[in-house]
Order: sequence, then structure tokens, then C-alpha cells
Amino acid sequence: MTHTFVGMPPFPAAAREALANTQLRHNLAHATAVIRAKRAAVVGEVEDWEGLRRAGAAAKERALLDLETNLLRLEEELTSRGATVHWARDAEEANAIVVGLAQRHGVDEVVKVKSMVTQEIGLNDALVDAGILPWETDLAELIVQLGDDLPSHILVPAIHRNRAEIREIFLRQMAQAGRPAPALLTDEPAALAEAARLHLREKFMRASFAVSGANFAVAQTGTLVVVESEGNGRMCLTLPEVLVSVVGIEKVVADWSDLDPLLRLLPRSSTGERMNPYTSMWSGVTPGDGPQEVHVVLLDNGRTRALADEVGRQALRCIRCSACLNTCPVYERTGGHAYGSVYPGPIGAILNPLMRGPGDPQTDSLPYASSLCGACFEVCPVRIDIPEVLVHLRSRVVDGHRGDRLPTPEAVAMRAASWAFADASRLGLVERASGLSGTVLGRLSRSVLPGGRASAGRLAGPATAWTGARDLPAPPRESFRQWWARTDGGRDE
Amino acid sequence: MRVAILVTCVNDAMFPDAGKATVRLLRRLGIDVDFPAAQTCCAQPMVNTGYLDEAVPVVRTFVDAFAGYDAVVTPSGSCAASARHQHALVAERAGDAALADAVAETAPRVRELSEFLVDDLGVTDVGAYYPHRVTYHPSCHTLRLLGVGDRPTRLLQAVRGITLVDLPGARECCGFGGTFAVKNSDVSVAMGSDKARHVRETDAEVLVAGDNSCLMHIGGLLSRQRSGVRVAHLAEVLAATEADR
Repeated sequence: MTHTFVGMPPFPAAAREALANTQLRHNLAHATAVIRAKRAAVVGEVEDWEGLRRAGAAAKERALLDLETNLLRLEEELTSRGATVHWARDAEEANAIVVGLAQRHGVDEVVKVKSMVTQEIGLNDALVDAGILPWETDLAELIVQLGDDLPSHILVPAIHRNRAEIREIFLRQMAQAGRPAPALLTDEPAALAEAARLHLREKFMRASFAVSGANFAVAQTGTLVVVESEGNGRMCLTLPEVLVSVVGIEKVVADWSDLDPLLRLLPRSSTGERMNPYTSMWSGVTPGDGPQEVHVVLLDNGRTRALADEVGRQALRCIRCSACLNTCPVYERTGGHAYGSVYPGPIGAILNPLMRGPGDPQTDSLPYASSLCGACFEVCPVRIDIPEVLVHLRSRVVDGHRGDRLPTPEAVAMRAASWAFADASRLGLVERASGLSGTVLGRLSRSVLPGGRASAGRLAGPATAWTGARDLPAPPRESFRQWWARTDGGRDE
Repeated sequence: MRVAILVTCVNDAMFPDAGKATVRLLRRLGIDVDFPAAQTCCAQPMVNTGYLDEAVPVVRTFVDAFAGYDAVVTPSGSCAASARHQHALVAERAGDAALADAVAETAPRVRELSEFLVDDLGVTDVGAYYPHRVTYHPSCHTLRLLGVGDRPTRLLQAVRGITLVDLPGARECCGFGGTFAVKNSDVSVAMGSDKARHVRETDAEVLVAGDNSCLMHIGGLLSRQRSGVRVAHLAEVLAATEADR
């Protein structure tokens, strides 16, 4: 647990490094293609998927527009059912609450259900600092934890690993964390799962303190919902005496009818299944059944900042399905680590800047980590218009630098373009110069593009960003505008 | 019907043949197309890079240049989408109600070429002849922002002499993405080289799309690879006739 996203370089530099990792590229291309095909098949069989998307988006939108009422109702219902509700403004407060509870119970270890929000706040590091060992029990999170690695995907945190790498991690690391992997472990998925099962079973049986997140929180009855595939969550949510759930405030929905479309959208969008294997729901404490001490930490950590952004607030509808990651051509090639956050991919490119605010170069690079192809919006089960938010956040980045004494070359170029494009006569002058340069460049380069047009050759300076890998035609001698004037729109040709 | 061509800045300065082909094609179909010389750019490069203030004068020039036309036809899905989906945002930024009204008037009249041909003129066979093996890349903004669906392929299928082959992974972005192509050039090239690989898998001689900016990117890679595949704008294919040969 020495790894951290803190200090990551801006996206272009991090991506450059990731692109050179051939195994990562191969693992991700395979994994995302498989999951994309599964999703497409199960989404395709729903008669009115678009209607379901709209219902899901509306349910989350309703909850967010009346967030205060819903959260207070959630607190009231949870409290009346024997749970203790804590409010945390940021990561530090949330970690202090969880660590404090663990210390009060004198535990030296906790079992954890897979939870992005506890990764977001760095809870594991906070627990370790207090001398408490957090055990991840989700298979992928276990792989990440044992490999001293960082999650690279919301649903499949170890998507960047293949089974050969997982076998090696288990053989090398499992013994230090508990029951060792069998010496003759193969890289067959069933054998790897069995090794993890035996390793984790010991931890489930002796655990007295569990930490979870929640996929949804139903205000109406104070019910938390965890959706999972492996059953590790069910173990953690039922066996220990004490259960602490860290829940982002955007997880609340008003009532069970609003939960309905979301529970139908999530598994099809996420794992490409009609229904997930395990859905656990609990409302406070049930005497004699399950944890007898239940805590819920309601976390802000930048969510109200995102909510205040009128264009960006739709990002809080996110149900963490990962469909946008799996479909994103950028994510597929760079993987999740390049985004420098537990929330990578298209949703991370908007969620992180919205929650953190602008100003930091790494955060400010994220809205630009997209070709704006729109594939993410197409698959989003709650209709978050990610490209719209990306463009909005780009303008926020630019506006944040408008007062700078020394403008960037990009800002200078954009101002120049704005000046030229404001008046066609200026553009005409630029085009005449470009036509002359084209003649010169074409003669100098002496290279020809397929089809016969002259190439501009390998250009110097900032233009190498283009011509380093791509040919470029030399500008034509005559622009369309000049041709139209010379030939009366082609009539005199 | 008063019809203008929005040639786009990229075609104007770099690919005038796409503009000429659009004019020739529309004339052949009986449309007396006009080129309002006051036009410049749709402002998408500024908007998509976050420079909204810089986009304001460009959108003003746009609405002035195209005021009064019944249809503004453009050989670019991306620029059509920019006018239809982003100009209102720029007007809002300017806080100028008159500009917002002008945008509301102009934006819906901007038509991507295949939309204009199939929906407004009701033709799919435009009388073209193009005896080449062709594959078609549906650029993201025609596909997802305009939703042109199979209009371009229906137009291409009706071309005489053409051999049209499906492009594997056609719906995946080529990686151009405007300033993304240079701000994140490594990722852009990684995406583009996969697109170029799929193009080569088709054994096509010509890659066709409705956006020359995407073609400049994919074509630049195909050229660097000495692949023997050239790129052509949809308008150039549809404008071609036996008489041209």
C-alpha cells in the first residue's frame, strides 16, 4: 500500500507511458472487447432500453434536486432502525470516523467489501497508519492489494492484469497476508478463484469488523444496497458484529420505485448480466441477525461542489457501472492509471475535475483526455452527456487562465484564429499565405501522398505533434474561396 | 429554395476539392448553390478546446453570412453538428439575445450533405460513377451527434461501378478529435493506427468519409505507412461521373 495516485503527471504524459506497455494494451483490448460484446447482447434484448435509461436518469435527477430532504430522511430512517449516522465533509473526516470506530472496538483488522469510495478517500492507508490491517475481499481488489498496485477500473479494478500475472501475484504475496496459495497453482481461472476463496474464507470466519460502501441508499426506509457478483460482500455484510458503510451523498434515492429502474440498468450495463448474483439490502440493525452495530458515514468530499455546477451536476447521477470505460477508445488504450484517480475513463475525466475544482495541472488535463467521440454518452445507463460536460469543463480550465500574464502558445493560437475567423477578408489573406507556403513545402518535401497530392513533409516545432507520425498534404495553391472568385463558382471553369 | 454551401475552414484552406465536388453534385441535382463569401469557420476548434469567448465573434460571422438561406449544406458532419448543437451555447456565453435569436434561426437549417440529399431532396441515386473498391468510415459526429444512420452508405450503394466493403470496427473513433490530435497525439495516433489497420484489412483502394478532418488524420497514417490506400470525401465520390474519366 505504498502506491498512490498523488503526484501523477498530467494525462498526456501518463498516457504516453501506458501506451508503451504492450501487456497492458493487450490485456485491456481483450477485456474491454469481451465486456462490450456482453453488454451489447443483454442491452439489446431489453424492449425499451431508452425508456429505462430515461427512468433511471429521472430517478437520480429527482434525488439530487432534493438532496437535502432525501439525506435527512435517510438519516432519520436509519437512526430509527438502530444505525448510527455520521457526516463527513471530506476524506480526512471520513477516515477519522472509520479509524476511530475500529479503535473503539480494539480490532487490528477489518474485512472490506469492494468500494470505490473507500479507495477515493484512501481509507486503507489511514487504517494501516493506525496499525489496523484492511483486507480486500473482492477478487479484483485482492489482486490489486496483494500486487501493491492501484485500481485501474471501477468494476474490474485489476482489469490491467491477465491470469498469468495474477497467478504470480498469488504465489508471491498470498502467504504474507494469510493462507498461502497452493504451490502448484495454475493460471486456470477456476484454480485462481479457488485459491482466493480459501485465502479469504479464513478472513471472513474471524472478522468482527467490516467496511463497505453502498451502490444505493433508499431514503424511504433507510436501506443500503450492495450489488455484487462474488458473495464476498454478503459474507462481510452478515458475519461481522460491526458494519461501517461509507456512502457518497449522491447514492441516495427517494424510494423503492426510484430504485427499480436503477437495479435493472446496473447489471446489464456493468457486467453484461441480466441480473447480478448477489443483491444485499439492510436497514439499520436487525436484532439477532447480522451485524448488531451498524454505522453509516455520509460523505461529501467534493460532491456538493459538483452539484453546484449546473452543467456538470449530471455526473452525480453516475451509478459506477463502467460502461463508459469499457466503450471508450481512449481508456481501452491507456488503461485507468493514466487518469490518476480511482475514477478513470470518461466518467473520471469529468467527475474528478468537478469534485476537486480546477487549478491543478493533472486535474485540468483530464477534460482533454477525450476525442469527444460520444460513445460514452451512447452507453451511459443514466444518460450523462459526458461530451457536453467535457467541453464545459475545458472552458472552465481556459477561463481559469485568462488572467495569466504569459498566455500559453495554445491561447495565442486560439486568439489568432478567432481574429482571422471573425472576418472573411482576414481569412482570405491567411489562405493566400498558406497557398504560397504549400507550393514551397510541396517542392521541398518531394514526397507524394497516395492519390498524387504533394506532402508538406516533416514539419518542425509544434507541428511535429502531427507530422511525427502522420503525413500532411501541402496546402493547395488555390483555396476554395479563391477558386469560387476566379471561376464564378465553377461556371467559368 | 435558397441554398448555401458551408464549405468549412478545413475544406476551404486544405481540401477545396470537397467543396468543388459538393457544388458540382448539387448543381447536377438542380440546386443553384451559393457560396456566401463572408463565411469563415463554425467555431468548433475554439468551443471544443474551451475558448468560448474566442468563439463568439466567429459565430457572429457565421450567422451573418448564412442569414436568409433556406438550407446551409455542408460536406462535414462535424461542422453541421457544431452549428446545430454548440452555437446556442456560444450565444449564451456572449449574453447576447439577438445573437441567440439569430442562432435559433440559422442552426436548424444547417444540413450535412447526406442528410440534405436523402431527406430534403429525396434522392439516393445521384447518378455517380466510381469504379473503385471503397470502404466507408462513419465519423463520430455524423453517427452520434447528427444520427445520419445509413444515409451515406445508401448513397454509396447506388453509385455505379463501386465495390463497397464493410469496415471492421467502423463505429469506433479514428482518434482525430480536433485539438485532441495534437494535445494527446500519442493516444490519437494509437487510435488512428488501429483504424488504419482495419482499413487495410478491407483491401480497399479508397477510404471514404463525410469529414475531411478525420480523413486528414487516418489518411496521414495510411500515407506514412505507404499503404497504397487513398482517402476521398463522400462528396467527391458522389460527384464523380463517367464523363470525368
